[in-house]
Amino acid sequence: MNYLTRRLVTFPLVMLGVSILVFVSIRLVPGDAITAMLGTEAGLLTPDQRAALEAYFGIDQGWLVQYGRWLAGALQGDLGISVTYGKPVLDVILERFPLTLELALLSMAIALLVGLPAGVFAATRNERSSDLVVRILAMIGQSTPNFVVGLLIIFVLSVGFGVLPVMGTFTPFFENPLQNLGQMILPAITLGFAFAASVTRISRSAMLDVLSEDYVRTARSKGVPALGVIWRHALPNALIPVVTLSGVEFGYLLGGAVIVEQIFALPGLGRMVLDAILQRDYALVQGSVLFIALNFMIVNLIVDLTYALLDPRIRLGDR
Amino acid sequence: MTPLLSVRDLHVGFGRDPAAHEIVRGVSFDLDAGETLAIVGESGSGKSVTALSINRLIDFGGGRITRGAIDLRRADGGVIDLAAAPERALTKIRGGEIGMIFQEPMTSLNPVLTIGEQIEESFRLHRGLTGRQATAAAKDALDRVRIPDAARRLKYTPHQLSGGMLQRVMIATALSCNPRLLIADEPTTALDVTVQAQIMALLAELKRETGMAMIFITHDIGLVAGIADKVMVMQAGEAVEQGALDAVLDTPQHPYTRHLLGAVPHFEAGRAARSDYRRPEPPVAPPALTVEGLTVRFPVTGGLLRRRTGNVHAVDGVDFDLMPGETLAIVGESGSGKSTTARAILGLVQPTRGAFAANANTRESGNRAPVQMVFQNPYASLNPRLRVDSILAEPVIAAGGRLSAETTARMTMLLERVGLPLDSLQRYPHEFSGGQRQRLCIARALMLNPSVVVLDEAVSALDVSVQAKVLELLVDLQKEFGLAYLFVSHDMAVVERIAHRIAVLYAGQIVEIGDARSVLSAPRHSYTKQLIAAVPSIDRRHETFALDLRQVPSLIRPLGFEPEEAAWQRFGADHLARAEG
Repeated sequence: MNYLTRRLVTFPLVMLGVSILVFVSIRLVPGDAITAMLGTEAGLLTPDQRAALEAYFGIDQGWLVQYGRWLAGALQGDLGISVTYGKPVLDVILERFPLTLELALLSMAIALLVGLPAGVFAATRNERSSDLVVRILAMIGQSTPNFVVGLLIIFVLSVGFGVLPVMGTFTPFFENPLQNLGQMILPAITLGFAFAASVTRISRSAMLDVLSEDYVRTARSKGVPALGVIWRHALPNALIPVVTLSGVEFGYLLGGAVIVEQIFALPGLGRMVLDAILQRDYALVQGSVLFIALNFMIVNLIVDLTYALLDPRIRLGDR
Repeated sequence: MTPLLSVRDLHVGFGRDPAAHEIVRGVSFDLDAGETLAIVGESGSGKSVTALSINRLIDFGGGRITRGAIDLRRADGGVIDLAAAPERALTKIRGGEIGMIFQEPMTSLNPVLTIGEQIEESFRLHRGLTGRQATAAAKDALDRVRIPDAARRLKYTPHQLSGGMLQRVMIATALSCNPRLLIADEPTTALDVTVQAQIMALLAELKRETGMAMIFITHDIGLVAGIADKVMVMQAGEAVEQGALDAVLDTPQHPYTRHLLGAVPHFEAGRAARSDYRRPEPPVAPPALTVEGLTVRFPVTGGLLRRRTGNVHAVDGVDFDLMPGETLAIVGESGSGKSTTARAILGLVQPTRGAFAANANTRESGNRAPVQMVFQNPYASLNPRLRVDSILAEPVIAAGGRLSAETTARMTMLLERVGLPLDSLQRYPHEFSGGQRQRLCIARALMLNPSVVVLDEAVSALDVSVQAKVLELLVDLQKEFGLAYLFVSHDMAVVERIAHRIAVLYAGQIVEIGDARSVLSAPRHSYTKQLIAAVPSIDRRHETFALDLRQVPSLIRPLGFEPEEAAWQRFGADHLARAEG
């Protein structure tokens, strides 16, 4: 069996475990969907009406039956109906996902474009003042909560330049790319800020290690100019920790970024999951957590495949 | 005519104030085209720093040339002072006019680039070749260092090749643009002795072909003898003696040179073997260790279901016994199974088959663990967070014992025996030198009063003068405590000085075993002969080695494979060699 197949086989097992965990934990939270939906008016329902509603949302039976029913549906691609949206769970998730994916991709792009060169630069200026400046900036970037960064950006733009970030109805990228980017760029910078700081720190320390390796000395002894030593000989060897970090961060971002979505009024996965939990929208919580877990596993797999691309010593088959 | 390279009053310092922390203090020498200068010295003598200063790689290691000149006559006849040259001029000279090879071929090649890419790079940088031309040039370069099947090897990445092959690749890269000077910084120290002989032969042959000059840095005076025209001996940053090869080796003027020559164990083909012990015949005491049919195999798996498709026969039916007070040296190259044998006897790897039994030390009482071990690297084998008293107490605790006044008494006794001050107990490992640390490791191994001590390359990491003292200590301890040593080593000169008997391991099997003097002076098996012929020595300074491209046989065998029963030929009272087909 090759590596990819072996990894893919574990996917359903992990998903099963995740689904059981979510199923149990969401039901351990006190409250139910109907009270959450109707508020105090739920008390006015006759027992028959309540039973009918419960049957409609599939929460009239014991947990085991509920789980069995849900699992049977899930296996056929039916994740159930969302109580809050009155639509199939999958449709609700897929409506929100493009925005979250785009936001994650943009933040990662910003993080790598800024963080990698900054880290490499700092490593080559080790212990000099420019290195110190980069390190301090990275420390600030990592330790500032992203709502502070987001609010600061909005504040500076509106007070300093009289520009307000584009809010209001979200425009998907393929409808109007320019307008979409206008809406996305500030939240992406907000998320990318801390991400870039982490990338800077990890790429700096990885580069410092690699630059003291014997093969870097060999490259210099061959007359490779400084830039060639850094970009061709050292950087490819320093990328593995950067890829690991980026994979993990990217995986998290695919689960939504609640605070930034809230600040910039974006309809992403994060807010949707939060609302679903507050509304006791069991089907939506289960479906979206499962979806997020799947994303995370895919990202991890891509990270592992990238290792093998970066380093020929890593042979994924032999283990 | 001016010399190719002229170094005048070179000073190199490190740190924030390089002038105050000089590692090289006023070294001067000349090198003519086609000449080889050997720089000899122990670690810390400044020999590598001197070499790295010539192509100014020292700048990247935190060093700075504080004084002096390094005049290189360039191909166009002009002279450039490398000590003052700007980095831009230096990148043209590095690789183009001065090539360099290093000690560790395994780590000196970039693991993520193919061999071909790394050789081609030199042609791109200095010859302006691109595409197919560069590839063809890289193939020629590999052919030149006699790598078989060069075209295919170009696509390999470094981890797919052995150390010897990688060092050839390094040489191919360094010589790709026909530099007029090659700096070789301990290029064979990390290699097996037969591979070392191959690399030395190759360097000598390439030197004849290209007429390049060479600076050869080494700690091994025996190796210098085969290749150098001139020798410079360094101590504490200064060149204490330099001159023509024969003059320095035969009539050394400086006391330190004499000390070095005296400390280096010269291989003397059995003449220097120990004569303080004879195997009693018939045996008077039970052996300290008997090993019968020891076999260690590691599974090889493959295919769709990761089924076992074969075995690596790491150790294949090894028998020997070891008497109290006797040293058996196990010699062989990396991959011959010598370390696996040692580890199996200590229970660190599970033997597939075979039996071994160790008997308690009869000379002393209170024996709890009959076999103890001393490892190669004294820096890595002592826990840096433990004080010496805890380190020495460790084996006692591990054997289920308690710390008592007796334990402390034994600690102080052993510390005194291995020649360490008594206040050592309160100190940490980093406060000791490499030699002292190895003494600590020996004391630790003796805490439980073993009958057998396995010494796995125990003196290989030490400088020669330290090595000699540790060997002396081992002999003294052996006599005092009646210890049996299993001495695993690749260094024939050291083995000659410590072994009573020698077992030669090749591809997991003993091919020759017997009395040290007899094996070393009259080797019978073809592999033993090859091994002994490869040992460099001062006496053999004008001999040349022939290039031999034979490969070590693969140890991977199909499932169910059993080696043939060994047929032994007897040569004298205690000397057996495996019959060759």
